[in-house]
Amino acid sequence: MPILTVNKLTKAFGGLMAVSNVNIQLKHGELVGLIGPNGAGKTTVFNLLTGIYQPTSGTITLHQNNEDIAIQGLKPYNVCKRGIARTFQNIRLFKDLTVMDNVRIAMNKNTNYNLLQAFAHTKAYSTEEKEILDESIELLKILKLEHKKDELAKNLPYGEQRHLEIVRALATKPSILLLDEPAAGMNPAETAQLTETIYWIKDNFNLTILLIEHDMSLVMKICERIYVLDYGMVIAEGIPSEIKSNKRVIEAYLGEDTENA
Amino acid sequence: MKKSINGSTLKKFITLALTFAIVQVLVSTNIINDYIFSTLATICINIILATSLNLITGFTGQFSLGHAGFMSIGAYTCAIITLRNPTMLGFVIGALAGAMLAAFIGFFVGLPTLRLKGDYLAIATLGMSEIIRILFINLDSVTNGAAGLSGIPQFINWGWLFVFTAGTIILLNNFIKSSYGRACISLREDEIAAESMGINSTKYKVIAFVTGAFFAGIAGAVYSSYYYFLEPNLFNFQKSIDILVIVVLGGLGSLSGSVIAAILLALISTYLQSFPELRMVIYAILLIVIMLFRPQGIMGSKELSLTVFKKWTRGLRDKKNGGVA
Repeated sequence: MPILTVNKLTKAFGGLMAVSNVNIQLKHGELVGLIGPNGAGKTTVFNLLTGIYQPTSGTITLHQNNEDIAIQGLKPYNVCKRGIARTFQNIRLFKDLTVMDNVRIAMNKNTNYNLLQAFAHTKAYSTEEKEILDESIELLKILKLEHKKDELAKNLPYGEQRHLEIVRALATKPSILLLDEPAAGMNPAETAQLTETIYWIKDNFNLTILLIEHDMSLVMKICERIYVLDYGMVIAEGIPSEIKSNKRVIEAYLGEDTENA
Repeated sequence: MKKSINGSTLKKFITLALTFAIVQVLVSTNIINDYIFSTLATICINIILATSLNLITGFTGQFSLGHAGFMSIGAYTCAIITLRNPTMLGFVIGALAGAMLAAFIGFFVGLPTLRLKGDYLAIATLGMSEIIRILFINLDSVTNGAAGLSGIPQFINWGWLFVFTAGTIILLNNFIKSSYGRACISLREDEIAAESMGINSTKYKVIAFVTGAFFAGIAGAVYSSYYYFLEPNLFNFQKSIDILVIVVLGGLGSLSGSVIAAILLALISTYLQSFPELRMVIYAILLIVIMLFRPQGIMGSKELSLTVFKKWTRGLRDKKNGGVA
């Protein structure tokens, strides 16, 4: 059952086609990889999916509760409200806020008390704030960050900042999670650990995951299907073993003359 | 858990009651005479102005130079209503009406201008505040034009000053410690990340702007009722800058910083009144020196609390012990 359909998605920056005619389909509960050489347009696809860029043409359709919702052109916060959350390639945490606040901010859209209750700190406020607090700690525990809840995000080691980005994305209660190079800058041991974590959250949060990654061992190991982008176009799609032996993919990564590849 | 919440609320309540009672006693025994009381009034008005501007500029990160404009709306509305209905009730209605009108104007100014960022927003809000001032000069029949309004009934005593000032601080503090406040702060930190986490940036910017304008209106009402004289030029560009100076000096994103800076600056400028020819020079030099040595402001983005105080005294003690050893 598809949960997200991207149809002929195109984004032009002036004369440059950053993304052209990209078709992607995510099925419910899948873990799909999006790979490609530097500058292939992977992050641009993410920015289009999450509403940071407006597409030049094409459609993005979310299938939820037997309803088709067109989400192309929506503002990022509306996309998030429809259940798509993301992490960023170049970490974009709220650096000067605590770990706890980073997570609590992402819970904003699910908070129900109104402005007057916030001003007066009524019972509705305290009940819900307590729930938010408890829930944040539960989420932080998943990636073993709960003992650092009062630290400023910028003081965390690099790997934990990447983890916090994932926790923050989960806090928005998404149905689709977009991970932009979650293993960038991690050593093999950390990457292996992350792999386990990604599996775990996918199963426990009933998620569909689309993942950009440069670490081929990670991608080949965990992705069920892979899309390969080059110069803004999908040049291959399939299961990892097919992608590994696909001639066009090898060309894209290693150059045209591939006799020795 | 519940007990500790009640305990801290109780502590806050006792602190507030004590502050009120002590000053009240000092006022009734005339130790705080009219001269000192006018400094006290300035401090309170500046605290309301600075904390509310801090919400817009310090917490939400929207650079506004129009706070004097909102203050003037509150001041004129309250003055006009109390002149027609010189009773305590008239004053309360005037103050609330002034604040509501300021908030209303804030909404209509904020909706289009908050799409602008940084310097552009500053210029837009500055323009808004100048338009309001020019309107007050030219609306002769209502505002008596450039000559101003005089003989505004004076209702402000220590009780009202305390209610408005403490009320503003408590309400703003509550706001900041809620989901709404956190959303505002996230916009200051990283707008794109915040939007991607489901925060509607325009909505929260407008909420912060309207709330700030509301309390600026309250400050204006208090001002008009204490000084019983208003003229449009009291609320010029210079006034907005004065408020901004308090906010920056106290620390962007710290309510207690704004309170401390408002008190400090009022005391300095009262003290410097003995040297009228050098007053502004010394004042400016002091500001430069403070900003050189503490560019993040007196409090940075931290809040003054008992735990901070405890840490600080413990630090001093440790230092002392270390020195002895």
